[in-house]
Amino acid sequence: MAEPSAAISSGICFHCGELCQDESVKFADKDFCCTGCKTAFQILDESGLCSYYDLEISPGINLKNTKSRTRFDYLEDHEVIQRITDFQNAHQLSITLYIPNIHCTSCVWLLENLQKLDSGVLQTSVNFLKRELSLLINTQETSLRKVVEQLTTIGYEPEIRLDKLDAKSAKSHHNRSLWLKLAVAGFAFGNIMLFSFPDYLDAGNSGLGGQFHVFFGALNIILALPVLIYSSSDYLKSAFAALSQRGVNLDVPISIGIVALFTRSVYEIVTATGTGYMDSFTGLIFFLLIGKLVQQKTFNRLSFDRDYKSYLPIAVNVTDKSGDERSISLDRIVPGMEIRLRNQELVPCDSTLLSDKAFVDYSFITGESDPIEVTKGELVYAGAKLSGTSASLKTEEEVENSYLTKLWNHDAFTNNDKELKLTSFADRISPYFTVAVLGIAAFSGMYWLSSSGMEQALSVFTAVLIIACPCALALSTPFTLGSALNVLSLNGLFVKNHLLLENLSKARSIVFDKTGTLTNKEQATVHFFGESLDQEQKALILSVCKQSVHPISRRVSEFLLGPEISTITPDSFFEVSGKGVFASFQGKRVCVGSRDFIIEQTPLSDAQILEPQFSGTVAHIAIDGEYLGCFGIKTGLRSGIYDLLTDMKQSFGIFLISGDNESQRDDFSPLFNIENSLLFNKSPEEKLSFIQELQKENQKVVMIGDGLNDAGALRQSDFGIALSDDISSFSPACDAIVEGDSLKNLKNFIDFSQGSMNIIIMSFVLSLLYNTVGLGFAITGHLSPLVAAILMPLSSISVMVFTFLTTRYKAQKLGLAIWK
Amino acid sequence: MEVIYLLIAFSLMVALIFLGLFFWAVKSGQFDDQYTPSLRVLFDDKNSNKTTSNQKNRDE
Repeated sequence: MAEPSAAISSGICFHCGELCQDESVKFADKDFCCTGCKTAFQILDESGLCSYYDLEISPGINLKNTKSRTRFDYLEDHEVIQRITDFQNAHQLSITLYIPNIHCTSCVWLLENLQKLDSGVLQTSVNFLKRELSLLINTQETSLRKVVEQLTTIGYEPEIRLDKLDAKSAKSHHNRSLWLKLAVAGFAFGNIMLFSFPDYLDAGNSGLGGQFHVFFGALNIILALPVLIYSSSDYLKSAFAALSQRGVNLDVPISIGIVALFTRSVYEIVTATGTGYMDSFTGLIFFLLIGKLVQQKTFNRLSFDRDYKSYLPIAVNVTDKSGDERSISLDRIVPGMEIRLRNQELVPCDSTLLSDKAFVDYSFITGESDPIEVTKGELVYAGAKLSGTSASLKTEEEVENSYLTKLWNHDAFTNNDKELKLTSFADRISPYFTVAVLGIAAFSGMYWLSSSGMEQALSVFTAVLIIACPCALALSTPFTLGSALNVLSLNGLFVKNHLLLENLSKARSIVFDKTGTLTNKEQATVHFFGESLDQEQKALILSVCKQSVHPISRRVSEFLLGPEISTITPDSFFEVSGKGVFASFQGKRVCVGSRDFIIEQTPLSDAQILEPQFSGTVAHIAIDGEYLGCFGIKTGLRSGIYDLLTDMKQSFGIFLISGDNESQRDDFSPLFNIENSLLFNKSPEEKLSFIQELQKENQKVVMIGDGLNDAGALRQSDFGIALSDDISSFSPACDAIVEGDSLKNLKNFIDFSQGSMNIIIMSFVLSLLYNTVGLGFAITGHLSPLVAAILMPLSSISVMVFTFLTTRYKAQKLGLAIWK
Repeated sequence: MEVIYLLIAFSLMVALIFLGLFFWAVKSGQFDDQYTPSLRVLFDDKNSNKTTSNQKNRDE
């Protein structure tokens, strides 16, 4: 058994593939970047799960920077278990866990072979796109807590958030019935076409005798019956519902066509006057259902409906009177409890600070990106993130009553259902369409009544109703928008519902959030002012900064990181919160910090320290009392935003609204038009009312934001886009999610959605052409089943192909990608 | 030509069996997740590796 040993090396970790920078741990002739990765490997090796490494290269997740061990005590609480599991009985327990670290085939393999790791696990199943693991555990052999802890050790920590305590997400079984209806319609369509064929060829009643006509006719009716009753039930029900409310939607003319087709065919077969139109009937339903299936494409792995509950963790560490810490679920938190939080943990409810000092980051809530220092006794709001040293707080409110949740009581959240108010263009023209069709049918019926008699009149009347059935019309909207959504998703914009695209196409005003949306926290630009540093000096500064978690230290260390620079462990290290850090390396004393800090710690005077012309945070450097210069750190604009804003200035009203302070006003002024399009220091409610004001001026507003402070504005706007750099991390409730890198294509997205609306209109015209040609046949009394059977599928398929090709053509013209 | 009755009856029966199987597949959840099975195809069976190497030794 090889002994693990630490040594400085630059190998690649066998488990996660990252560079073994500071130290590497050796085990079984392999290098690992940290003990976390080594432990994961050890566990997998001992359980015979090393095929994990065969499927992908370095599939492991880097365990070096995992925050201090999350405690899972709350998983032993029976009430919590009951609320988060899917099913539970005396011996077994089944639960679905969301594991954001699932990212490759190896992950799926490992998680589906979990029983080798823990024999209490009976069944596992991974849904890759949703990143979910469904588990069935034998509670007599193992416990939920043990399994979750094991998952965490191998790098697959489940994310258990507060919303899991509430109502279960209803499994989408309604989609299954669509498959079944489609299968029935397809089955009937194929078989009826086969059985109708002889009748088409057999014009003169020769060859096949009369009995076969009866036989085939009966078969047609039997096969078509389930299609009428089961497969087309949605259309008939929807048309009935619309009519009973004195409205007309597109399902009304479709249902008229369906009923006319079926009754006419049954009449013809029973009275042996013809072969009926059953093949056109079943084909019609089949294509309509395909359209529905295309329309139902959802982005399963994304969640568009998250609120604060999916942001907060499910449990927090509470210190009881004897000083022991226990993990308690959030709904049990009452005012007066003492909670202990560590670095990067979230404050779950409004609390007062018990420790002397702490640093909190409100960026997600208010947009203020700098950490704020709070002192003992000060109130800290729910949703704040603790950065730096751990702290104790006393809870003042329940989670539900905190400041954060009050935002969710606003009107914008309670009676806002944008989707219900949307009617597609097709639904809007359907009243006129229905009236026109009925009118034409009535007129031609009456004409033939006067010239040939009742039978011919009825035949023409039903023929008109049949051929005018807007199958192609019903398909153009879902196919165009489905195609459009597909193209947009390939380019990084995921829209929740295809009907919302119309709102995007009508956008006139665009409102941007600043922090995290236009600016990129990770892409801070760092400048160095002063004489250039040599390698040794860089190494010393890097080593000091690596010891601190403060954002400034992190930016500086990222800036200095390079292949030739090695870090040295200091002999002593000291951080003064909010001021700076100093350390000594074999006698050399290095100081990094604010101006006042440097003056305090070194014999330098005010005059000796640079005053750079720089708007942003500045960190000064001094080694052994000698001033070396300073780093200027400024949060940078995302790439491509500059061009986007200059482009959009011409045709849209663009606005910037931020909860952060005014310090970056000058950076943004040239990019926006008028002075009052830049607004700072806005609270979440003020953001929401700003959107309302714009909407009063009859403008369709698009809002783009990424934090909880944008939640109200996103809901109120006509099209709210949440920006997300990491799909698995939280983004507030929105109509669409855009990837960080794709934001620069916003103008192209809007142009594309406008183009899609035009394509819908064009495909309407195309389908109306077919209707007109068909009407020609119908009115003149020449509509034979053969003509109907050719014309109707032809119109549907050509509309499908047309919309597919034109959307991709339009996308290509705008420079959007159409392949993965 | 009366045999056509029999033939059609048979073909319909076979087709109905397939329809029934499709219903069964949809109801047992096969169509809920259409992506993950494509990953499962890539998994090796460790046991089969062992048997093939045993066979090789025996053949030699």
